[in-house]
Amino acid sequence: MSAVAVHRRISARRWALNGTAGLALGFIVLPLVLVTWLAFFRQEIPSFPPEGYSLKWFGAVFTNKNFVGGFLLSAQVGIAATALGLLLAVPASLAIARRKFRGRGAVSSLLLLPLIVPGVVLGTAIYVFQIEAEIATTLPFLGSTAGLICAHALIVIPWVARLVTASLAGFDPAIEEAAKNLGATPWTTFWRVTLPSIRPGIVAGALFGFVTSFGNLEMSLFLVGAGRTTLPIAILQYLEWKIDPTVAAVSVMQIVLIGAAMLLTDRFVKISRVV
Amino acid sequence: MARLQLNNLSKRYGDHVVVAGATLDVADGEFLVLLGPSGCGKTTTLRMIAGFVEPSGGSATIGAADVTYLPPWRRNTGMVFQSYALFPHMTVAENVGFGLEMRKVPKADIAARAKEVLRLVRLDQYAERYPRQLSGGQQQRVALARALAVRPDVLLLDEPLSNLDAKLREEVRIEIRELQRQLGLTTIMVTHDQEEALTVADRLVVMADGEIKQIGSQRDLYERPANRFVAGFVGRSTFLDGRVTAPGEFETAGGLRLQCRQDAIAGPASIALRPERLTLEAAGLDNRLPGQVEFVSYLGAVLELHVRLSPADRVVLQLPNRGTAPNIGDAVEVGWQRDAGMVFAQY
Repeated sequence: MSAVAVHRRISARRWALNGTAGLALGFIVLPLVLVTWLAFFRQEIPSFPPEGYSLKWFGAVFTNKNFVGGFLLSAQVGIAATALGLLLAVPASLAIARRKFRGRGAVSSLLLLPLIVPGVVLGTAIYVFQIEAEIATTLPFLGSTAGLICAHALIVIPWVARLVTASLAGFDPAIEEAAKNLGATPWTTFWRVTLPSIRPGIVAGALFGFVTSFGNLEMSLFLVGAGRTTLPIAILQYLEWKIDPTVAAVSVMQIVLIGAAMLLTDRFVKISRVV
Repeated sequence: MARLQLNNLSKRYGDHVVVAGATLDVADGEFLVLLGPSGCGKTTTLRMIAGFVEPSGGSATIGAADVTYLPPWRRNTGMVFQSYALFPHMTVAENVGFGLEMRKVPKADIAARAKEVLRLVRLDQYAERYPRQLSGGQQQRVALARALAVRPDVLLLDEPLSNLDAKLREEVRIEIRELQRQLGLTTIMVTHDQEEALTVADRLVVMADGEIKQIGSQRDLYERPANRFVAGFVGRSTFLDGRVTAPGEFETAGGLRLQCRQDAIAGPASIALRPERLTLEAAGLDNRLPGQVEFVSYLGAVLELHVRLSPADRVVLQLPNRGTAPNIGDAVEVGWQRDAGMVFAQY
């Protein structure tokens, strides 16, 4: 085969690779672009081409108390669920990575399970559980914010567990021994040596966990109390009556917010290193 | 700096004995090397001294204090790990200062001491760098500085040089030895590398299968090995199996009759021969045996020959290179004095 032919083959291969990658990127980005574009349309019924552009739908979001209330509840639940998830999943990951005990593999799989179980199934199961718990204890579980937070913590845990375990895998246990050898108690060793080393994993896990919780619809549908909605539910309810670009505006704000959170976190800890 | 004593210190996991009762007395300022093949229990012994492994029995004392069951952070040992184990998120100076910080030393004193120790290992220029910005040899020296900064009673080195390339390893081990001597540090080093062990040690401990096989100087181990294992592990030996038939007389399994040490006890035994104690200029020596050269290696300063003495007996010789080398197939006469053979009874 001549050198030219080889060269042509390599460049053909490169074109194929770049073409596929570009196609995949387009597939991911196109909906985002369309939604963003739509949010700025002036007319109420989305149709192409736009009749003109306007920012009024962003204003409309803030005057809709369902969206505002939904955003606040989603943020509140997301933050609390993430905190709870961290509290449970970080020690669990440490135990799985450092200690050898019976059923270690089972526990490790169990922590990832909420990611596999469909949201509707999870929602139904927790709903039924809350009814039973309420009957048994006469405490108000059903529709409570605490109940919602606990349920959301469940879907935060897999993210934290996965990412913290991954960052622990690359962490030499001798480093902890070195700290102890130099006079650090186990507690000090954890705060001064272990935690800083797995911080990227924790931050990334918390971020993804929060985003998952914030965007969760299926599970929340079963668990929110009467008259209260999370943001995804508010969007769904809105769409039942109207299809004006307000929903697109809400989505754009959500995308920008989460994107900003990711960029900001990545500045402080290199998330790209663990994900 | 202090004296370290182990008294029948042992470690078992269920039925599996990892260290079967180690008894050692390490003098203040002594450099002791634990030497042995992997899995011999040397690392476990070191980790028991550091406090990372809880002993199953026996005791350990540093200075006057019984440390047998003390947690690692309450013993004043300084350990250098095989993987260096530097704190990746701290600068070199912070790494070195960590132990002092744990001892609640004032900040200004920590900075001064860190600087002083880093100068000792010639890294004072690198105080503000992070470990990942240093070469392997430099990281190794930071790990050493970090262990030295706390003025440990005992310095513990766990295969500290095995991650370095051969040339650097030679440099660093001499550096470690000089520092140790200069500071008068009681030091225990674990290694499987014989040359390394022989270069740095005041005294060596040979371990195998969880047992201490011999404690002694380089010369003790090489010239007066206590058993067949040490004779084979430290330096090289050719073993001829057979039996001691009468005082000073040995007959190999291949039927060769040899002169051996007069004090050898009659019965089944092996003779161990060091390659450099054998010669081809056999005239006048106690043992003179005809043989045929089977293998020749040219090693530069020395030549290594494998010579077949009988269908069952083959010996290895090392000869100084004087410009002429025998060829494979040559008939030669191998000779040695009776005292050159070390006799080990077989039970």
